[in-house]
Amino acid sequence: MPHISLKNLSIAYGHHRVLQDVTVNIPDKQITVIIGPSGCGKTTLLKSLNRLLDLNEDVKVTGDVLIDGVNTYDGNADILALRKKMGFLSQRPYPLPMSIYENIAFGPKVHRMSKDRIVQQINDLEGRMVQVPSKKNGQMDILVESYLRLAGLWEEVKDRLHTPASRLSIGQQQRLALARALAVEPEAILADEPTSALDPLSAQLIEKQFKSLKKNYTIVVVTHILRQARRIADYVIFLYLGELVEHGPAEKVFDNPSDERTRAYVSGEIS
Amino acid sequence: MRARRIEETIFKGLMLASLVLVLIMLAGIIVITVYKGAPALTLSMLVETPKGGYYLGKEGGIANAIVGSLLLALGASFCSILIAIPVAFGLQKEYTSWRYAGFTKLVLDVLWGTPSIVYGAFGFVVMVYFGLRASLLGGIIVLTLLMLPIMVRSMEEIIRTIPLELKEISYAMGTTKIETTLAVVLRQALPGIVTAVLLAFGRGIGDAASILFTAGYTDFIPRSIFDPVASLPLAVFFQIGTPIPEVQERAYASALVLLLIVLCVSLISRILSHRFSKNIVR
Repeated sequence: MPHISLKNLSIAYGHHRVLQDVTVNIPDKQITVIIGPSGCGKTTLLKSLNRLLDLNEDVKVTGDVLIDGVNTYDGNADILALRKKMGFLSQRPYPLPMSIYENIAFGPKVHRMSKDRIVQQINDLEGRMVQVPSKKNGQMDILVESYLRLAGLWEEVKDRLHTPASRLSIGQQQRLALARALAVEPEAILADEPTSALDPLSAQLIEKQFKSLKKNYTIVVVTHILRQARRIADYVIFLYLGELVEHGPAEKVFDNPSDERTRAYVSGEIS
Repeated sequence: MRARRIEETIFKGLMLASLVLVLIMLAGIIVITVYKGAPALTLSMLVETPKGGYYLGKEGGIANAIVGSLLLALGASFCSILIAIPVAFGLQKEYTSWRYAGFTKLVLDVLWGTPSIVYGAFGFVVMVYFGLRASLLGGIIVLTLLMLPIMVRSMEEIIRTIPLELKEISYAMGTTKIETTLAVVLRQALPGIVTAVLLAFGRGIGDAASILFTAGYTDFIPRSIFDPVASLPLAVFFQIGTPIPEVQERAYASALVLLLIVLCVSLISRILSHRFSKNIVR
């Protein structure tokens, strides 16, 4: 059974229905790309997965979002634990108002991870026993380094870890956001148009990170850039005006779509 | 095209004229205060309390009022910060429905606009009821009431400008509301909070009417919070009301000291605010 699965999910803001009756399984350890024209409910679908929608007023959700078999919209669901499982990248990468180092350490600190737990986490991540220096916060230093390496940012920031993260370029900020999200040990990464504010080279770096991360994480990316979808997608979900029109493996959806609307969209007739 | 160009020129001129007007007013206040007050501003004026006959132009200074004003304004700022920060954060939509928050803000706006003599009268009634006399404590309490609406409203405005995306990012990591508020929102809002404190401090230290009955006036530096306390605005008020020119000069000198204190606090808060904003993303 996949980690993330949606059943008859409908979402409305007040009287405005944004998503209608969406049922889909999101495959594990692959990059699933949600495509579709603007305002078709892509971001809403993504944010329903970690219940960030709760921050909006007047949202009505019916149907099920199952994460590891647990319905997240069940009243008893532990939202904090759920969100911890879902790393999130926003359209514009906001660094938290603190240093680069503190940005990465933020998650583990908030979740009050013990020193032993952090060492365990580093060992799991690196796949080997890591030697932790005995100085104060030694394990956190290693953790920060590991995740900055994982996000491909370490070499650029290793000499200025304690400077404000706001001084990084916007492309670096997005990789910092990735490292920060990964440091909470999520199972999945949800990315909402993660490259739309970035220059082409930074965007390419993010795509490269996604491709290398998919062996360990389930990745869901919202994008309105069709070429990006073609480059990174293993699985595609096509939404049109709040309706799930088609979903399937990338080659199938792009090369041989079964719905006329999908064909029109992927061929560029509508956008 | 010509008409549009003229329109452009007229509005540019209007803006420039308004700016010049504001600068002239500020310069006028400073020049008059310095011109009339500087000759009387001696060291003894700053470090001595009034001696016998001070109000007739003899020896002494306004150290009682300087110390008193600083105690009153700092004490009230401290109390206001303690109350204003939780209120300002509590008005966020995560904690309070917009209906209730809107009502609270309306109440605060009315309080902001309430003349300070009304605060003074209110404070006086309450103090009489509890059998308290005019004291540092009474002054601090009334000034706190006066400063609170200003602080809360300014802080709330700043907190509201914090992008939702920033909070989303924090919540997405599995933080609780209070963790996000303290670790992210508070830090992001810190420069604005400093400015809000400055705004309230300026209003508090310059106010005479609210502390007239509640803090009283004395020639001595208070030894406890239950003693009456002098203040610079009242020192200005009492001295300028006398017919003796030397004492009137001292009123301007007192006003100059008040101006300098506000200037210093503004500069300090600018520096702090700048230091706090280095982590902030705009």
